Amino acid sequence: MLLVIGLLGAWEVYVDSSSTSSSILPAPHSIAEALWGNAGLLGHNLAITAEEVGLGILLALALGFVLAVLIHVSPLLRRAFYPLAVGSQAVPIAVIAPLLVLSWGFGLLPKLVVIVLICFFPVLVTTVDGLAGVDADQLKLLRTLDASRWQSFRFAELPAALPAAISGARIAVTVGVIGAYIAESQTASIGAYAGLGREINSDIYALQTPRAYAAAVVLFAFAIVCFYTLALAERRLAPWANRP
Amino acid sequence: MFTGLELSPRSPEANRPGRSVSVIGVRSSYRDRSGASLQALTGVSLHANHGELLAVVGPSGCGKTTLLELICGLQSPDAGTIECAPAALMPQRDLLLPWLSALDNAALALRIAHRPRAEARARAAGLFAELGLEGFEQAHPHELSGGMRQRVAFLRTLLSGKPVLCLDEPFGALDAITRTEMQGWLGRALEREPRTVVLVTHDVEEAVVLADRVAVLSARPGRVRADLEVDLPRPRSRTDPELIALREQALIALGLGAPCSA
Ligand SMILES: Nc1ncnc2c1ncn2[C@@H]1O[C@H](COP(=O)(O)OP(=O)(O)O)[C@@H](O)[C@H]1O
Ligand SMILES: [Mg+2]
Repeated sequence: MLLVIGLLGAWEVYVDSSSTSSSILPAPHSIAEALWGNAGLLGHNLAITAEEVGLGILLALALGFVLAVLIHVSPLLRRAFYPLAVGSQAVPIAVIAPLLVLSWGFGLLPKLVVIVLICFFPVLVTTVDGLAGVDADQLKLLRTLDASRWQSFRFAELPAALPAAISGARIAVTVGVIGAYIAESQTASIGAYAGLGREINSDIYALQTPRAYAAAVVLFAFAIVCFYTLALAERRLAPWANRP
Repeated sequence: MFTGLELSPRSPEANRPGRSVSVIGVRSSYRDRSGASLQALTGVSLHANHGELLAVVGPSGCGKTTLLELICGLQSPDAGTIECAPAALMPQRDLLLPWLSALDNAALALRIAHRPRAEARARAAGLFAELGLEGFEQAHPHELSGGMRQRVAFLRTLLSGKPVLCLDEPFGALDAITRTEMQGWLGRALEREPRTVVLVTHDVEEAVVLADRVAVLSARPGRVRADLEVDLPRPRSRTDPELIALREQALIALGLGAPCSA
């Protein structure tokens, strides 16, 4: 907290004392003014971005988790899916995003695809590791109690993987916010679906720099809130993890 | 009271009448990382009759855990045969599941047997009081003391309903006072709820206090050095001269006897 205040102070002093134009580097006070003056617009755009990220993360969680389970239970599926999943991360999003718009139009869908494509991967990798990290002796014990494959999964592997899966989700929300920005700026939009990413870009072109920064601040705050919401969720869902 | 713990209907009777566990001429080995074979047990023959408590003592690394895993069917021997009624293992590490409450850990076998959750919990809860675990039903494993964790792990093994219980150094990690207490409740629990028990320990005194028979294993590769009958009435006193004599015999079989006291 002090660190943040100190940095803001230094920034303010630097901008005020130098002759930097506010359209290149706005001072914190002008960003705050922009934030205040455009609260309605920013709020509207935040709602759009939040919807994209929220839905995208949920889909990415589901996809990453299901793939992780398939990869975990079947060596064959591991060989089939894992290289594909890794390959999907090498796809340059900025290149395919406009192509997605070509095939799916200007709506929510292409943006969701971009976000899901970026976000499912951390969930997949952490969940696969979490599932594989289950204590082998616990599985042995379950076997002596005549547990079926499904019961071993339900009583040992699934809960053992839960903290890892949630960590993956925490990485996913942060990259998801970046993903939303890329998706919005790469997929041309007509009116309806704008979002904070579009707002930042169009403000920069229009030399509305303080407002662009204000939008970035909102995006930043949104990412932090998402991250800590998941941290909270982890404490509720997996209270046995992260104990000293 | 320990009630309602009928044998699971699936369990076939032990092959020979009166005998729950027989291990005949068993050899078992592991491969180490270089692929070389490491003998853990060789030529081991043991048996336990219905309702008997067989203690297996031996130095660390002599293959005691391996023997229990063989009896529970988690491994198969390289040579020899094992005939055994269905056996439940209480592992050396308690292996309570950290995400389940103490009660749910104890009731795990019942849940696996598709009993309704409420019924499983009720049956486990009935035994919590018996073992001095009252009030800790909802505690999670990390909130329990070592002795309590062992008792929950024992309950889980008992509630599996299997006729044979394999206990792997159940009190090895406990302090001397708690260990003596635990030995007391294990004896009482088995009096109420008789099972065939194979108790692995490295504590010779524990073996002679609790067991009907004591098998002494040599250092690796484990082989049976002595098979001692402990035909003494219960409850036993640790200072009973006969018990002390048996303990001495077992220690000598382990190569630890004090020659001057003989
Ligand atoms: N999974 C394994 N792989 C290789 N060697 C093992 C394995 N498990 C046990 N051993 C070896 O087999 C021997 C017997 O082990 P164990 O049965 O655990 O002994 P104990 O329980 O009497 O201490 C030991 O020397 C141990 O190092
Ligand atoms: Mg052992």
